[in-house]
This record gives sequence, C-alpha cells and structure tokens, in this order.
Amino acid sequence: MYSVVKAEQLADRVHELVVEAPHVARHAKAGQFLIVRVDPDGERIPLTISRAEGDLVRVIFMTIGATTYRLAELRAGDSILDVAGPLGRPSGIPQNATCVVVGGGVGIASCPIIARTLRGAGNRVIGIIGARNADLMILEDEMRQACDELHVTTDDGSMGRHGYAADVLKEVIEAEPVDQVWVIGPAIMMKVTSAVTRPKGIRTWVSLNPIMVDGTGMCGSCRVVVNGETKFACVDGPEFDAHQVDFDRLMQRQRIYPEEEREALERHHASHCGCEPGARHG
Amino acid sequence: MPLIAGVSRGRDMAERASTVRVHDFGEVDLGLSPDQAQAEADRCLQCKKPACVTGCPVGVDIPAFVLAIAEGRFGEARTGILEANLLPAVCGRVCPQETQCEGACVLSGKDRAINIGALERFAADLGGLEGEAPVARAPATGRRVAVVGSGPAGLTAAAELARRGHAVTLYESLHEPGGVLLYGIPEFRLPKAVVREEIERVLALGVELRTNMLVGQSLPVEELLAYDAVFIATGAGLPSFMGIPGEEVNGVYSANEFLTRVNLMHADRFPDSGTPVKRGSRVVVTGGGNVAMDAARVARRLGARVSLVYRRREEDLPARREEVRHAREEGVEFMTCAAPVRILGEPCVTGVECVQMEMCALDESGRPAPRECEGSSFVIDADTVIQAIGTSPNPLLVRLLPGAETGRKGNLVVDEDGRTSIPRVYAGGDIATGAATVILAMGAGKRAAAAIDADLRSGIAP
Ligand SMILES: Cc1cc2nc3c(=O)[nH]c(=O)nc-3n(C[C@H](O)[C@H](O)[C@H](O)COP(=O)(O)OP(=O)(O)OC[C@H]3O[C@@H](n4cnc5c(N)ncnc54)[C@H](O)[C@@H]3O)c2cc1C
Ligand SMILES: Cc1cc2nc3c(=O)[nH]c(=O)nc-3n(C[C@H](O)[C@H](O)[C@H](O)COP(=O)(O)OP(=O)(O)OC[C@H]3O[C@@H](n4cnc5c(N)ncnc54)[C@H](O)[C@@H]3O)c2cc1C
Ligand code: SF4
Ligand code: SF4
Ligand code: FES
Repeated sequence: MYSVVKAEQLADRVHELVVEAPHVARHAKAGQFLIVRVDPDGERIPLTISRAEGDLVRVIFMTIGATTYRLAELRAGDSILDVAGPLGRPSGIPQNATCVVVGGGVGIASCPIIARTLRGAGNRVIGIIGARNADLMILEDEMRQACDELHVTTDDGSMGRHGYAADVLKEVIEAEPVDQVWVIGPAIMMKVTSAVTRPKGIRTWVSLNPIMVDGTGMCGSCRVVVNGETKFACVDGPEFDAHQVDFDRLMQRQRIYPEEEREALERHHASHCGCEPGARHG
Repeated sequence: MPLIAGVSRGRDMAERASTVRVHDFGEVDLGLSPDQAQAEADRCLQCKKPACVTGCPVGVDIPAFVLAIAEGRFGEARTGILEANLLPAVCGRVCPQETQCEGACVLSGKDRAINIGALERFAADLGGLEGEAPVARAPATGRRVAVVGSGPAGLTAAAELARRGHAVTLYESLHEPGGVLLYGIPEFRLPKAVVREEIERVLALGVELRTNMLVGQSLPVEELLAYDAVFIATGAGLPSFMGIPGEEVNGVYSANEFLTRVNLMHADRFPDSGTPVKRGSRVVVTGGGNVAMDAARVARRLGARVSLVYRRREEDLPARREEVRHAREEGVEFMTCAAPVRILGEPCVTGVECVQMEMCALDESGRPAPRECEGSSFVIDADTVIQAIGTSPNPLLVRLLPGAETGRKGNLVVDEDGRTSIPRVYAGGDIATGAATVILAMGAGKRAAAAIDADLRSGIAP
C-alpha cells in the first residue's frame, strides 16, 4: 500500500496526487513513468512521473475514464494498492544545447522535470505551454522557474497568447538556433506540433501514450510504429523521435476499447452519488 | 476413461464435461478420490533404484510418497513431497509428467506408468496449509541474497536459500508473485487459489517479498550487486510477433497480452474488474504449442468461435497431447498445414489471409519442413487474432548487467550450477534456457540455491 500525502485539483478535470513510493521516487528520472493500480479489481494505468523528491512522487492526470475518476476521489491519507516504477527509459539529456520543451494540456505535467533536468545539465531551456483555455492551464509557475524563458498560449486567448503551441514553436525556432525539442501532450497535438520542426531537421522527442498493461515489455499492448518498425513504448520509449512516429497508428490503437471504456465509466458514475464527477465532498 | 493412444498413464482423474466447462473457468480435471489414489498407488512396484526419481528435476522421493498414499498415510505423503518440492499442487497439475517422472517409470513401457502427477496433486490438495508442519530453517547465516523474479525458478531458489538460513529478498515487477503460474497458465488448468497457497508456504519461510519492483530500475543494478549473492529468474516473457502485414491493427494480441488481461487482470469479469479484453466472436490463434492451446481455450470460454492455425501437420503440434484433446473437445477448430501471411482490416481486424502449406523433406528438427503451396491463399473471417508463436528471454535486466555473457536467444549463459559470467550472480529458469517448463525452472532454482549456499559458505563469494 502506498500512502497519498497530497491530493488536489489543479484545473478543470485535472488532478494532482503526491504519493509515498520510495522505490520509484529515489530512482526516477525525467521522462519516466509509473503504473498504478488503485484497488484489487483496478486496471493498471500508466502516468508520467511529474516530480520526484525524497520518497515522494507526484502525478498529474486528467479524468477521462473509470480509473482516472477513481484516482480523483482519493484524498490525503488514502492509499493506492500498487505503484510500480520507475518505468521506461529516461529522456536523453544533451549538454550546452538550446532546447525547447513544449507541453499541451495535461501533457504539461511532464514538462517541469524535463526542463529542470535539461537546465541542470547546462542547457538553455525555452518552455512553451498551451491549453484550450485558462481554466485548463497548469504548472505555469513551476515552468517559469524551470525555464530560461516561458511562453504561455491558450486556444481561446483567455490566458497568455491567443493560439496554439505550434505557432509559438514556429516563431521560437525562427528566432534562434534550437538543437532539440520535446513535445508532450495529446497524440494529435504532438503530431501537429512536431511537424513544425521537421523542415529544419531539429531533433524532436515525443512521449507516446499507447494503452499499456504490464509496462515491462511482456505483453506488446503498447506497441507503436517508429520508422516502420514495431517498438514497445514501455521499454523502448516512451520517448521517440517524433519525425519517425506513426501518429495515426498510435491514435488508432488508443481506440481499441471505446465501448468497454464507456461501460466502465457509466458503471463508475452509477456507483457514486449524483455530484459532479471528481467533485469535492465536504 | 481412455486417454489418447500413445500416452500411457495410470488411473485417470475425472474431468468435467466439455459442454459444461467451456462456459466457465473452473478446473477441468477434478483430481483423484482417496479410493482411486490408493488403488493407483498400490500398483507401484516400489523399485529399489526408482527410475521415476531420475526423471524428476527436483528429486521428489516418489516411491516413498506413493507408498504413504497406498497405506493411507496421506499427510505423511504430503510432508515427504514437500522435502523436495514446495509447489506440489502446481507441479502435480502442470508438469509434463509424460516426459519427466512418468516417462521414466519402469511401468511406462509394458503396463501404464504410475500416474505420479495425479498422486502428487492428490497429496498436495488435501487440506489447506493449516496443520502443516512448518518447513525447518537452518540458523541465520547473516548473508543477504536477492532473487529477481517470482516465477517457479525464483520461488524455488528463494525457498531453498531461506531454508539454509540466508536472508532472502524476492523482487517481482508485477503486483503479485507467481510469474507465468499467475499470468500465463489459465485458471481452468491451474487455479490461482492453489498458486497463492503454495506461494504462502514459500513466504512463510521468512522470504521478504517486494512487488512492483522492476529490478534494474526500481532497484538499480549497483544496489542489486551489493547483495552477497544474486539469483536472476526473470523468465522468457518477451513475446514474438510474426512480422506479417497488419499486425498493428486493433484486435491483434500476443498470447501474453491476451492471457495476462484474463488471468492476472480478470478481464473475464469485466466490468466488475477494471481491465477489458476483446471477447471476439471469431478468434484466430496462430501457433501450436501449449500457449496456443491455452489462448484458444480461454477465447472459447469468453464465448468466441476459435480456429487455431498451425503451419505443420496435426501430429507435429508441439503442445501436450492432452491439451490438444482438451482444446478439441471444447470446440477449438484446428486448421493445420496453414500459415497466416497477412492480417486484414483497418482499423480493426476483419480476417486473416493464410496459405496452405505442403510438407517437404525433414528439417533439422526432424520434422518435415513446411513449404507454401503456390496460389493456395484463403481467408478466415476474424475479429480477433492471438499470436502464440513463442517468447524469448526478458532483455531488460540482462542488458543492464555489466559483463554478462549471453547466448543466441538473449539468454543468460550459465554453468550447470547456475553461475553466470559475473561473480556472485547466478541465473536459472527460462531466462537461461529460453521458454521451457515449470519443473525445469524449479530444478534450476534448486541447483543454483545449493551452489549459492556452498559458495557463500566456502568463501568463494564473500
Ligand atoms: C507512458 C504514459 C504516460 C502517461 N502519463 C499520463 C499523465 O501524466 N497524465 C495523464 O492524465 N495521463 C497519462 N497517460 C494516459 C493515461 O494512462 C490514461 O489517461 C489512463 O490510462 C486512462 O484510464 P481511464 O481508466 O481513466 O480511462 P479509460 O476509460 O481506460 O480510457 C480513456 C482513454 O484513455 C486511453 N487509455 C486507456 N487506457 C490507457 C492506458 N492503459 N494507457 C494509456 N492510455 C489509455 C484510451 O485511448 C481512451 O481513449 C499516460 C499514458 C502513458 C502510456
Ligand atoms: C501460457 C503458458 C502456459 C504454460 N504451460 C505450462 C505447463 O503446462 N507446464 C509447464 O511445465 N510449463 C508451462 N509453461 C512454461 C512455464 O510456465 C515456464 O517455463 C516457467 O514459468 C518459467 O519459470 P521462470 O521462473 O523461469 O520464469 P517466469 O515464470 O516467467 O517468471 C519470471 C518472473 O520474473 C518477473 N520479472 C521479469 N523481469 C523482472 C525484473 N527486471 N525485475 C523484477 N521482476 C522481473 C516477471 O514479472 C515474472 O513474474 C507455460 C508457459 C506459458 C506462457
Ligand atoms: S515435481 Fe513434477 S516431475 Fe517431479 S515427481 Fe512431481 S510431477 Fe513428477
Ligand atoms: S519407477 Fe514407477 S513403479 Fe518404480 S518406484 Fe517409480 S513410480 Fe513406482
Ligand atoms: S505494456 Fe506490456 S509490453 Fe509494454
């Protein structure tokens, strides 16, 4: 059992949990993830390690299905049955380079740890964080501290610049020479945004989020197509060269269980009170 | 009840009717009644030099426990088996006895071999752990040993080391111990309650279990090597895919994924359990080994029509005859001399294109080599495809071990006592042999534990 020491809602449908998991926290590196299983009948779901300090790890997630809604109900003092990790390969960190870290939506959760690690290795780090609107923006302060320069955008202009992260990225790579770029967010956002760096041939990393089961290379559920080859995202990734990733296949494989996910979510909500899902009680 | 020709076994266990069992995950074999067990045990010749024992990789004293059953001393039979084997209820069910103990029994030629597996299971199944005498432990040695992987090899090594007084930590990356016993072999062949009970026995020896620990990451290699000795038993869990077009479309599973979703995550109970699986109405399983049979039989239980496609002839199927028979009784359709060449459909599977194979001159395995018949392609409609064409050793930890000698399959190279090329690091089970059997993994765990103990005591290892 792993204790939840902090549970907070950060934005609309976006929640933060800080969990005591020394085996994960002590060895976690930027770019890695963990797998949680909330209770005995629970699914194993992967979440990025958003921060690790001492014996504590932080994850930030969006409520989209039964398991993430269940996670959102947890409060400080509750516990999670299983936390496995750190899983996946850490981000490859260059030295003395200029790097851009782009986060979209809940994908921003993964960014500060990468930005801090890059900066710690002597790189200049430019951050770009984008969300649909101001209510969905997270970790702005943390990113501002982690980066040499930060750009904030919203699709509707309710905060920061009006526009998409891809537009800002285009300007940034025009304004100065950039060596490497990280783009993390929903698959479609990563596809569109990483296309921006292709003409200039800038090394660009994306963190792929296919459906996983074990997270240790044993099942092949997480297979993705990179440069025409099949890779297991949990052990060969989750970060891959964006310009070689088959994003359409990734998005296709994320939709293996639409009916089952709906059924599980309906059941989850039916077994709860009529309040807004994930809402605070008392 | 006649068994298939060519396999001679003793008195047979009752089986649940195929028409009934195909609707649930309850155990297929029902075990022997006390009368049956005693009658079967009575047939044993109590050989002075028992051939059967040479066929058992963990050296169970077979004549002694069989005699105890014959004389009605069932509890003693169990205690006797436990001296050599802490997982008898597992082994009695899944050992390939026909090529191990029973294959070596002197009666196997003329008469029928003693049904040693069924007798072992009988003795093991009697009563729970309560009342069982605890296994004796040697005084503490103060030595710390890490065992990585909690499948049969790791469990056996952990138990043997703990018995000898060493402080053992057993690391497992999944949330529950057992390895393939838990996530691979289905409930209807090996009930998980049976596995859990036997693992309790191992842990009761004082073995410290640490789940959710992917060694190499949750425990860095430097910390692993800080133990006085290390036993690596990470298995052969890496699934192979055929490499044919269409494998990435939705509805294509490795057998490992399909079986893990059902056995470990209980997808058969979805949505009561949180993990879904495509139940499929028309499932194609590719492969012909035990894993293929398990996948096909699980798919049948989830309600699908199931075809098993195998590229050689029926008589070449590598699966145990009994498993083939069970699968056939349960309505799995066998399409032999056929090979899949393409998976059809986008974004979801709609079918599998196959070609007919003809059998040619014998290949190095002594079986006829299959060759594609020109223009023989045909399509099987399918909404789910399960590939059961093999697995290879888990590369993750092996890759991180400095100076580890590896073989062609990515396996760790070991000597007969399980020593790797790295001092104080031992390995055994599927990680060393490639995919093999439960009892070979247990034998390897037992031999390595003896070597670790001897090396620690003689000072070869610090
Ligand atoms: C390496 C990795 C890191 C991730 N990090 C984060 C993170 O930091 N924050 C965050 O909010 N989400 C993250 N995800 C996605 C997160 O795992 C899914 O949102 C979660 O599994 C959904 O579970 P659910 O039961 O709530 O929803 P479900 O009902 O299971 O699914 C809803 C949607 O989520 C996708 N999904 C379902 N199961 C999985 C799964 N096991 N893995 C990935 N996607 C799935 C499906 O495409 C589906 O469209 C990450 C995924 C991966 C692979
Ligand atoms: C579907 C199926 C059916 C089978 N049926 C039979 C049968 O009827 N009879 C028979 O004799 N054999 C059968 N086998 C084969 C048998 O199960 C294996 O040979 C045996 O389990 C091998 O044991 P092992 O201990 O070497 O490895 P495994 O059982 O594979 O256990 C390895 C364990 O190590 C863990 N692990 C891996 N890497 C790490 C790491 N880095 N850190 C921590 N933990 C790690 C894994 O999660 C796993 O739990 C079957 C296999 C399958 C897949
Ligand atoms: S452990 Fe397996 S091989 Fe040994 S006697 Fe028992 S059934 Fe036979
Ligand atoms: S070889 Fe057969 S008959 Fe002889 S002791 Fe062993 S089980 Fe009995
Ligand atoms: S999640 Fe099973 S292999 Fe990656």
